[in-house]
Amino acid sequence: MKLMLKTAAATALITVAGLAHGSFSDDKVKIGVLTDMGGVYSDITGQGSIEAVQMAVDDFGGQVLGKPIEVISADTQLKPDIGSTIARQWIENEQVDVINGAVASSVTGAVTKVMSNAGKITLIAAPASHAFTTSACSPYNAHWSYDVVSLANGTVKPMVEGGKNKWFFITADYGFGHALESVATGVIEANGGEVVGGVRAPLGTSDFSSYILQAQSSGADVIALANTGSDMVNALKTAAEFGVTEMAEVAGLLVFTPNAQALDPAIAGGMKLTTGFYWDMDDQTREWSKRYMARMDGKIPSMAQAGAYSSTMHYLKAVEAVGTDESDAVMAKMKETPVEDFFSRNGYLRKDGRMVHDMLQVRIKNADERNNENDIFAIERVIKGEDAFLKLEDGGCAFALSQE
Amino acid sequence: MYNKKLNLVLLGLALVAPFVLYPVFLMKVLCFALFACAFNLLLGFAGMLSFGHAVFLGTGAYVTGYVMTTYGLTPELGILAGVVMSALVGLVYGKLAVRREGIYFAMVTLALAQLAFFFFLQTPLTGGEDGLQGIPRGKLFGLIDLTDNMTMYYFVLAVFIIGFLTIYRTIHSPFGQVMKAIRENEPRAISLGYKVNQYKLMAFVISATLAGLAGSTKALVFQLASLTDVHWFMSGEVVLMTLLGGMGTIWGPVLGAAAIVSMQNFLASGPLANYIHVLMGVVFVICVLAFRNGLVGELQKVIRKNSG
Repeated sequence: MKLMLKTAAATALITVAGLAHGSFSDDKVKIGVLTDMGGVYSDITGQGSIEAVQMAVDDFGGQVLGKPIEVISADTQLKPDIGSTIARQWIENEQVDVINGAVASSVTGAVTKVMSNAGKITLIAAPASHAFTTSACSPYNAHWSYDVVSLANGTVKPMVEGGKNKWFFITADYGFGHALESVATGVIEANGGEVVGGVRAPLGTSDFSSYILQAQSSGADVIALANTGSDMVNALKTAAEFGVTEMAEVAGLLVFTPNAQALDPAIAGGMKLTTGFYWDMDDQTREWSKRYMARMDGKIPSMAQAGAYSSTMHYLKAVEAVGTDESDAVMAKMKETPVEDFFSRNGYLRKDGRMVHDMLQVRIKNADERNNENDIFAIERVIKGEDAFLKLEDGGCAFALSQE
Repeated sequence: MYNKKLNLVLLGLALVAPFVLYPVFLMKVLCFALFACAFNLLLGFAGMLSFGHAVFLGTGAYVTGYVMTTYGLTPELGILAGVVMSALVGLVYGKLAVRREGIYFAMVTLALAQLAFFFFLQTPLTGGEDGLQGIPRGKLFGLIDLTDNMTMYYFVLAVFIIGFLTIYRTIHSPFGQVMKAIRENEPRAISLGYKVNQYKLMAFVISATLAGLAGSTKALVFQLASLTDVHWFMSGEVVLMTLLGGMGTIWGPVLGAAAIVSMQNFLASGPLANYIHVLMGVVFVICVLAFRNGLVGELQKVIRKNSG
């Protein structure tokens, strides 16, 4: 009964909001894509993210309720100050209604603050930190593809349960790495494992040998790589050269599909990891990915790029349903509608802005299992969204908890 | 300040500018102009090339950001805290650096700046790679709300004018004359009985303080203090601004800062975004090869030729 009342109240509110504002700012919907064009994350986001958003707009028909949809983009160079300056300028000068992307948790933190202050929605598809839906949450954040909690639950938990008790961390020395390490440590200790050591490597390290030797002498069962991109690739290669992979298991905690593709199957084959999306999962994902690859010279999409499409589509559908681009009404609609598309299975956008959906635990295929160069992962199991992500009440997101 | 008319025209332009151009962009220009002027005081008038000036900009920004977010101070107190801290850091760094000259001075300042960079990266107070985000602009004297960009612009303009006049007064004071004497011929200044190192230290501290003022103001404008502000790229950028505009001229750094910030702004969203550093390098090379006195320096030459 209580739920019904709430729903009724929410619907009434939306209707009123829709009637009151039933309009579009500057007579169009403008989507800004912030991304990394030339840095270490340009393969997993970059041009692909812009293309994915544009593709969502094209699939939507280029307009919503007769109003044109426009996409603009910019390069943050992975710097928080540049990202927030562009976001501010977009809001104040360009009448941007929503920002999609903003790669790297540091940049996204700055951008979401600017957006929330202006009452505009940020669709967060690429960054990993779970802060955007917990300590730094906002009614205007929608965190899409994955987060550090789901990576730790997906990859670390089954390994500890399978008897891998001693862990050693090689961590990227900045916000994302620290967050991933601390969340993963929590999961390890809660399941009876222990962390026997760890080392922090600066972003963009090329020589991992001293870190690998430290890991080797620690006697750990698992060496966890809490880094990503080329850092992860280099660390794994070094581990293989030192023969560490034969003594201990190496777990890549955040491996994007393009990174996995770049690795030699002889080294990476058999490694298990967690991802929010894999292009070759079923007919729906294949159909979408084929169209994406046709636009991107045959490059396969990462979960960040697929998430950019999915979040944009969900946003546009909500705009169409409420008949305005006014943020509060659109966000309420987005949270009310289940997210069910090629990207997301059993997905819904929770009150705190977390898009909860099924994650995949995958294994990197060995060379003899691969049919072609894009055949990279074998899906081991599907992790239910509720098991993968942090629970709302454990997240500590103040505004969402007060609505309970 | 060659004549009153020119100054009045410029002031008039500054007052109407936000109605034509984007205020946040103008505020950025003003902050960097003040930073470059402070740097120019040291390089252009005292002949000391500091290669770590970003540390003062960054200290101002971080301290102001920290006290405003943590203690909820009003902006003028926040800026004061940032400026005082920059002055103190300037005093300590200056004490160590002025003992050496030329390339050694530059290297000492660079090394000290790298130490500070590491501190800002590692300390839990600054948020590491994330920086200090969401710094409130607050209410000036508890009365005037600065969240509005127009109000903020006139506040920044006032800060800039105060800083600029301070530099102008310093240069045209007896102290400034001694500074120039040291720049031209240090042994002679010593032989005349001036305690050269004290004068140099004073110039260093004034420059650091004003750079801190620029940093504090910048932190309020963008509501962010990040590692970019203390990185040695920033120290290099201010050298470029000063050289391009005209080292040792009053208006040179202002023009140089405006040129560089505009370049960054307009190129960032265009098709040349990836080549921004290359283009800035090309500008630097052309400037050093073709017009070594900078834009304002060359302009002055032309005016002097025509009138003489």
